[in-house]
Amino acid sequence: MKNSLLKKDGFQTLLASVMCILVGLLVGYIALLLINPGGAWTAISAIIKNFFYYPSGAARLRYLGNTLVKTAPLLLCSLSVLFAYKVGLFNIGAAGQFVVGAGASLYCALGLGLPWYVCLLAAILAGAIAGAISGVLKAYCNVNEVISCIMLNWISLYGVNMLLNLVKEETSPYTKNLKNVNPGALLPSLGLGELFSGSQYVTIAIPIAIVMAVLIWVVLSKTKLGYELKATGNNKNAAKYAGMQENRNLILTMAIAGGLAGMAAALLYLTGFEQWSCSQSSVPGMGFNGIAAAFLGGLNPIGAIFSSYFIQHITAGGAYVDKTMYCAQVSDFISSIIIYLCGFVLFVKLSLNNRIARSEEKKATKQAGSSEKGGKK
Amino acid sequence: MVLLVQYTLIFASVLLLVALGGCFSEHSGVINIGLEGIMVMGALGGALAMKYMPAGCGSVLMVLAVVLCSMAAGCLFSLLLAVAAVNFNADQTIVGTAMNMLGTAAATMIVKAINTVENPDNVSSTIQYFDQKKAFQISLGGIELNWFMLLAVIALAVSFVVLYRTRFGLRLQACGEHPQAADSVGIDVYKMRYAGVLLSGLLGGLGGVVYITAGVSEWKFENGVAGFGFLSLAVMIFGQWKPQRIALAALLFGLFRALSNVYTGFDFLVALNLPSPVYNMLPYIISLIVLAFTSKKSRAPKAEGIPYDKGSR
Repeated sequence: MKNSLLKKDGFQTLLASVMCILVGLLVGYIALLLINPGGAWTAISAIIKNFFYYPSGAARLRYLGNTLVKTAPLLLCSLSVLFAYKVGLFNIGAAGQFVVGAGASLYCALGLGLPWYVCLLAAILAGAIAGAISGVLKAYCNVNEVISCIMLNWISLYGVNMLLNLVKEETSPYTKNLKNVNPGALLPSLGLGELFSGSQYVTIAIPIAIVMAVLIWVVLSKTKLGYELKATGNNKNAAKYAGMQENRNLILTMAIAGGLAGMAAALLYLTGFEQWSCSQSSVPGMGFNGIAAAFLGGLNPIGAIFSSYFIQHITAGGAYVDKTMYCAQVSDFISSIIIYLCGFVLFVKLSLNNRIARSEEKKATKQAGSSEKGGKK
Repeated sequence: MVLLVQYTLIFASVLLLVALGGCFSEHSGVINIGLEGIMVMGALGGALAMKYMPAGCGSVLMVLAVVLCSMAAGCLFSLLLAVAAVNFNADQTIVGTAMNMLGTAAATMIVKAINTVENPDNVSSTIQYFDQKKAFQISLGGIELNWFMLLAVIALAVSFVVLYRTRFGLRLQACGEHPQAADSVGIDVYKMRYAGVLLSGLLGGLGGVVYITAGVSEWKFENGVAGFGFLSLAVMIFGQWKPQRIALAALLFGLFRALSNVYTGFDFLVALNLPSPVYNMLPYIISLIVLAFTSKKSRAPKAEGIPYDKGSR
């Protein structure tokens, strides 16, 4: 009975993810202990508690809302990574596609004064183009997508900084406040904010992100397109032999992945929750955290919903550690340990399956042996 | 002009060292995306050595300590990749990505912890080494050189000899091309892959400390190494995994990277009136274009990225 549950792939994935989280938190705790043993327990529990840090229910709800506001873009980034990975491509460029999406949506909103749905579409389109560039380079020039994506990350960062410099506030490096300049570009809330103690940042971004997760699941596992893409990823030559257009599929995959990451940026920046800093010198971590969320979720779009929430939960929790002893990077540290451990998941699954198979074999031979004996008597 | 030469040489030595590191790892069959993280860790090792060496210890000792500490730190950090890729057949791309995030996060945590212990009000992630840095510099006819450039040239020569003229190097390459065949003639593939990854940690770590001492005398570890590890990977690919070609590629990329530091010194570049981010983008754009034209006939080690499984022989 226990064995049959262990044999299920879904259960194994869940088990592996929970193990990654636990070990990741443990390593984080040990690191805190090494830095300063006195406050380590308070700090790690602050990270795990996140918005429970606040005593009142209303404040908790508001900060839960804030965590969700950032979960939505993270979920889309992780969908972007996992969609490409299912097709055999490692989209480390989600970070850069996110940046391009931020540039497109904010420029359309602040520079051109367009309404939110146009800004959203512009972000998706810009991300898709950025992704498609990597796809084209891979398909026609045999450039490894990891390298081209990384180069594009930096190109996008500097390019977007240059573009958004045109719409930044005069006295700060940040882009203008969306609410004052063009309130029509803010995503509508449809009363969702009321559910979270009137948080102005909770918008339709959150339901959109969840719908996208379901949509990606349907595309990947229920449609012909998803099947073709996965087949191309498994064996490009076999797919070509079966009459699929392997180059088109590669480019399409990267375009979809890029579009998802671009959309992620729009869903974050069009809530007005954050302003873009035109002087930032490193690529925002959202896309890289998307990699963590994608693998932690067992490369399943529905799993990604929960893993994205978890990653965002501890990232937000990092803000509550005692800054006189520790720094907020503890959360990054824990997420990176979790990604590192995700690399081992396949190995653990394989050895678990081997073990089950071996113990079953043993049981079978034992039974066979005893029944033989029984027969002789 | 002198400044341009100076910066080109220093950035080229960083790229050369790190790309050679990547070259060893990939020839043994392990993709090392984590070079960026390794560089950060090496930089941290070197910076801490500079911080804690007594002030009057003499420049030879200082150089030696910094080089050894950065190499040791890089080597230690690369063990994370070696263990995962060789013993646990882990996906090398995921592990490398995790190492890049981990390198920056861990280095920031360590430096911040050290800074706060020294002075509770100091929560920055910066280490300063203004005086210590002078130990590396040598003036030669108006050009400021440093010892690391010499080290990079030595590393190039040694890498060439090791890869093509020694038993170890040829065996290493065999493990990246066809590990099953290598195993069948008695080469320990696992050991060779460990050696390849650890060598990349050694060189990557050294490259890290060279990078943070190039032109600046303090480093904010929150920023990592700004994509230099990835740029080195591009140099390695452009150099077709061959040390001598990697050296040329490093010079070319170093030149473009140096331009972003010193373009204001050239009248005709200033006259173009391009915003400064354009120069920041330049090395990446060039590498993308170059890769697009050179990747078609790629000479990558055939078995790179594939975990070696004895059973599948």
